[in-house]
Amino acid sequence: MAMAREIGVLPRASLQRLLDALSAKGYRIVGPTVRDGAVVWETVRSVSDLPVGWRDHQEPGRYRLEQTGSHEVFGVVHGPQSLKQFVFAPREPLLQIERSKDGFSAHPTLPQPEKVAVIGARACDLAGLATQDQIFLNGAYRDPYYAARREGLFLVAVNCTRALSTCFCASMETGPRAKHGFDLVLTEVDNQLLIEAGSTAGHEILANLPFTRASKEQIAEANTRVDACAQSQVRRLDHSRLPQALYEVHEHPRWDEVASRCLACANCTMVCPTCFCHTVEETPDLSHQHTAHTRLWDSCFTQEHGYIHGKNIRPTIKDRYRMWLTHKLASWIDQFGASGCVGCGRCITWCPVGIDLTEELPALLRPSEQPSATSGQQEATGG
Amino acid sequence: MANPYLIHPATIVEKIREAEDINTYRLRLVDESVRRQFRFKAGQFNMVYLFGVGEVAISIVSDPDEPEFLDHTIRTVGRVTKAIADLQPGDVLGIRGPLGQGWPLEEACGRNVVIVTGGLGCAPVVGAIEYIFKRREQYGSIKILHGVKTPHDLLYRERFDAWRRHPGTEVLLTSDQPDKTWSYHIGVVTELFEEVAIDPMKSIALMCGPEIMMRLGVPILMRRGIPATAIYVSLERHMECGIGLCGHCQMGPYFLCKDGPVVRYDRVAQWLGQTGV
Repeated sequence: MAMAREIGVLPRASLQRLLDALSAKGYRIVGPTVRDGAVVWETVRSVSDLPVGWRDHQEPGRYRLEQTGSHEVFGVVHGPQSLKQFVFAPREPLLQIERSKDGFSAHPTLPQPEKVAVIGARACDLAGLATQDQIFLNGAYRDPYYAARREGLFLVAVNCTRALSTCFCASMETGPRAKHGFDLVLTEVDNQLLIEAGSTAGHEILANLPFTRASKEQIAEANTRVDACAQSQVRRLDHSRLPQALYEVHEHPRWDEVASRCLACANCTMVCPTCFCHTVEETPDLSHQHTAHTRLWDSCFTQEHGYIHGKNIRPTIKDRYRMWLTHKLASWIDQFGASGCVGCGRCITWCPVGIDLTEELPALLRPSEQPSATSGQQEATGG
Repeated sequence: MANPYLIHPATIVEKIREAEDINTYRLRLVDESVRRQFRFKAGQFNMVYLFGVGEVAISIVSDPDEPEFLDHTIRTVGRVTKAIADLQPGDVLGIRGPLGQGWPLEEACGRNVVIVTGGLGCAPVVGAIEYIFKRREQYGSIKILHGVKTPHDLLYRERFDAWRRHPGTEVLLTSDQPDKTWSYHIGVVTELFEEVAIDPMKSIALMCGPEIMMRLGVPILMRRGIPATAIYVSLERHMECGIGLCGHCQMGPYFLCKDGPVVRYDRVAQWLGQTGV
């Protein structure tokens, strides 16, 4: 069914009506909330649970919240969490396995269907979710656990009108405007919220709200602010020569340099909206009659990630950082047809030492001034 | 749609000791309907599971024509395989599979087949060899070149002897650390290339073993005129899910569990031998 593209305006004071309409449809509403100096997703019931008046400031290795005293609801761009946890759970029981007369019997533990409405998803988050969908739903094997969680998700996106110093979605062409993948999208312009539906479910919610039709001027003003947000981004990532250019610099000395700073803490992979590596943990109970088979987020920065019978394919931090960046920015394109980076900048902010991939990539693609350790060796033996 | 994580119990019907730390487990799926539906291609693998311990990726070494019994040759090297080593016939393991891409045995029809293996690396190709010999007339000459470190590492000795008796077949064995009992070649497996005649444009090569063997061996085969597109290698990486989702088994753009373990050489040439890949 073709839907008429209609943009409404909701007074900011009526935002509660949106939350009520979602509750009435049986959704548990999840939104950004302030906790421990950062914004995290939590169940919210009223607008006052949202970070009203707060703004975030992000820089390499630094995250700070500031209370401005305004009535702005969506002044915080994002916290460490993307949408990933709602579909690809950090800890997902896959099977419960019991001893039986046949040896054992395994029972899948699919998550109970739950309707969750997330309010405040950003364009970069939607792009990350689309990437996760492609991995877990559209590949050779469909992941039923992911599918069950995904099915109940209702997404209220918010167009960004303010860029962080770490944002580079404009150069990744994923934002700051949410173009698809949402049920509803809001743009906060002063005391008004422009609202638009992106799905049938979104239209049904919108129909119950006291909106008026947005004027041309209001739409133009919202567009101007979103465009200005794109223009104001100070970081960018030139991915035009990828994947090949990164494949070609496997021996670049910059890998040693960045490895000397990287702590292999795995923060970047935990906050990344697209990182999907996971491991499986087997936890038998004390009687050894019952065991749980559980999936956990994993990271290519761990010691075990590259383990293979008695040796480690990636023993050094250099190997692991190179694996991460090369996968994220290069081989991802060959695997899934698009970059694994959506430009959210979380890996820059949440890196304890502030490693910035928008700085690392150009450094790697610049012709190296010094020969790498390996090529130096070859020259020595060759001469 | 089937849950790709479901594990099916399989009874150990036979445990064959191949070497001090290597055993072949013949498994039979307990559930009759699962057993009847189970079909695999030579070169594919199963995730083999031990209750309360975990899963490990193991290639199926038995004949794809007899899917009722699934042989897995397992070396005792890690946490899961050490626990499996204690099991005896009658004990139950779990199976999730078959997974991955097998050997290109249909493409190899009508061609000479050169099989190059090293150490326990011969296991994933054993099923392919049995498959070929069951259809001997469909293939050209067969050359099996197998290298081991010490004579003690030579598994499937009777099979090599049986294969040798097929018409149009050469089986060459070599050891680079031989003892007095060794009556075959001495040296590494790539040296055996000198011992055999290869018609390069009519041949297809299947390689399985340590990566160093492929890195040194493939250029020799290519110098003999076999195109990179006619050389297939079986590769190994850490595998947990077996379905291309957990991210561990990547080599460049490939998920070796799903896009491999058998891959055409020209597709991975860029990555093979790179450090940390």
